[in-house]
Amino acid sequence: MGNFKLWGLKKSPWVFHVAAASCNNCDIEILDVLTPRWDVERFGIVLVGSPRHADALLVTGVLNRKSLPRVLRVYEETPKPCLVIGVGTCTCHCHMFEKSYNVVGPYDKHLPIDVYIPGCPPKPEAIIMGVVKALQRLK
Amino acid sequence: MNILEFLFNYLVFPGFLFTAIIGMFLTWIDRKVTARIQMRVGPPWYQPYADFLKLLIKETIIPEGTSSVLFYLGPLLGLIAMSLLAVMLFKMNFAPKTTFVGDLIVMIYLLALPPIGVIIGGSASRNPLASVGASREMTQYFAYELPFLITLAGIVLKAGGTIKFGDIIQYQQMHGPFLYSISGIIFGLIFLFVIQAKLGFVPFDIPEAEQEIMAGPYIEYSGVALGLYKITRAMMLFLLPLFMISLLWGGIGDWWAILKFLLILGLVILIKNTNPRLRIDQTLKFFWLFMGILAIVGVVLALKGF
Ligand code: SF4
Repeated sequence: MGNFKLWGLKKSPWVFHVAAASCNNCDIEILDVLTPRWDVERFGIVLVGSPRHADALLVTGVLNRKSLPRVLRVYEETPKPCLVIGVGTCTCHCHMFEKSYNVVGPYDKHLPIDVYIPGCPPKPEAIIMGVVKALQRLK
Repeated sequence: MNILEFLFNYLVFPGFLFTAIIGMFLTWIDRKVTARIQMRVGPPWYQPYADFLKLLIKETIIPEGTSSVLFYLGPLLGLIAMSLLAVMLFKMNFAPKTTFVGDLIVMIYLLALPPIGVIIGGSASRNPLASVGASREMTQYFAYELPFLITLAGIVLKAGGTIKFGDIIQYQQMHGPFLYSISGIIFGLIFLFVIQAKLGFVPFDIPEAEQEIMAGPYIEYSGVALGLYKITRAMMLFLLPLFMISLLWGGIGDWWAILKFLLILGLVILIKNTNPRLRIDQTLKFFWLFMGILAIVGVVLALKGF
């Protein structure tokens, strides 16, 4: 991939928000990032309404039997190259829901995650930092 | 005119390349002003170009079971029409002798092609939300086209009954721009709202309403195809105000045209940022009832010579 085109990808990551059964706190923090106070449009980050337009998926929450097929489907629907960013401690391991009968295990068993952002919920600054780290991984 | 010159005009200047580059810059102005109104910093100037470059390297997914010809025809139709419109607009303004009978009517049809492209693409994507978006786009198109056509008829009347685009401009250069009269102001107002609706800006972004039907007709588009839609929009943002200036405000032949252009662009962005989205029935009512009657009043005034 040419440097030039890679630059385009780095400068304009459009994100799609996949809420895979989170407790809603992480989702609220993601919305915070889009408010004028943090204004991620400075970096070209835009929240889009369809996975077809997305370059990065922000996943939140623990995977369970119901949400796993949906998350996988959204991942397949996203045109590649695409990044997957796990927001919240729930995505890193299963957090306090680990022993639940319904939870099907951590994310990396099922789909390739590029960056984890720990925190319950992570601060908006941490989320921006995470996206920047994910972009640096691109080659 | 030989074929090479035509190809150059069509593809580079003032056709596709030139219009696309300027248009993308204008979308940046739009985004930046919007950001400042919302007390944000806003994207850097190269943002639209980065967006497009990125869309070039993305995979283009064609939904299962759709006709790929129709799926690609959607975005291409608008792009082809807008490039041709750019060539015609600039040629008629800077070389009025190239005008031919009925070129105004050709331009009306060229301006109708982008929405038709969106409708074709949306209906071809086999997605319920895209079909809803396409049907809304169709309704909206019928809504704004009525006052738009009445307005154009009024302008033709004011120019002494000529339907040559170049002659209308020349008439204004001799007798003063149409905008400086009562009927001209009415036409200008209607034109402004029609531009807003043709661009799909708030309050008329009903077809793509992101919060309810998630980008509507564009929902299944990705990669290059989506990029073409974006470029078509950007070109329209450049061409529609130019079209208005040519027809109502004395042509784009002098440097004042830049100021006029920025004024219209500023008004469009202001309307966009200070209004909520209308419902589709409200749009229809707004354009057919209020704007339609206003347009007829304008035509009557134009007939009386005001
Ligand atoms: S990480 Fe914490 S805040 Fe985020 S979804 Fe899980 S439990 Fe909720």
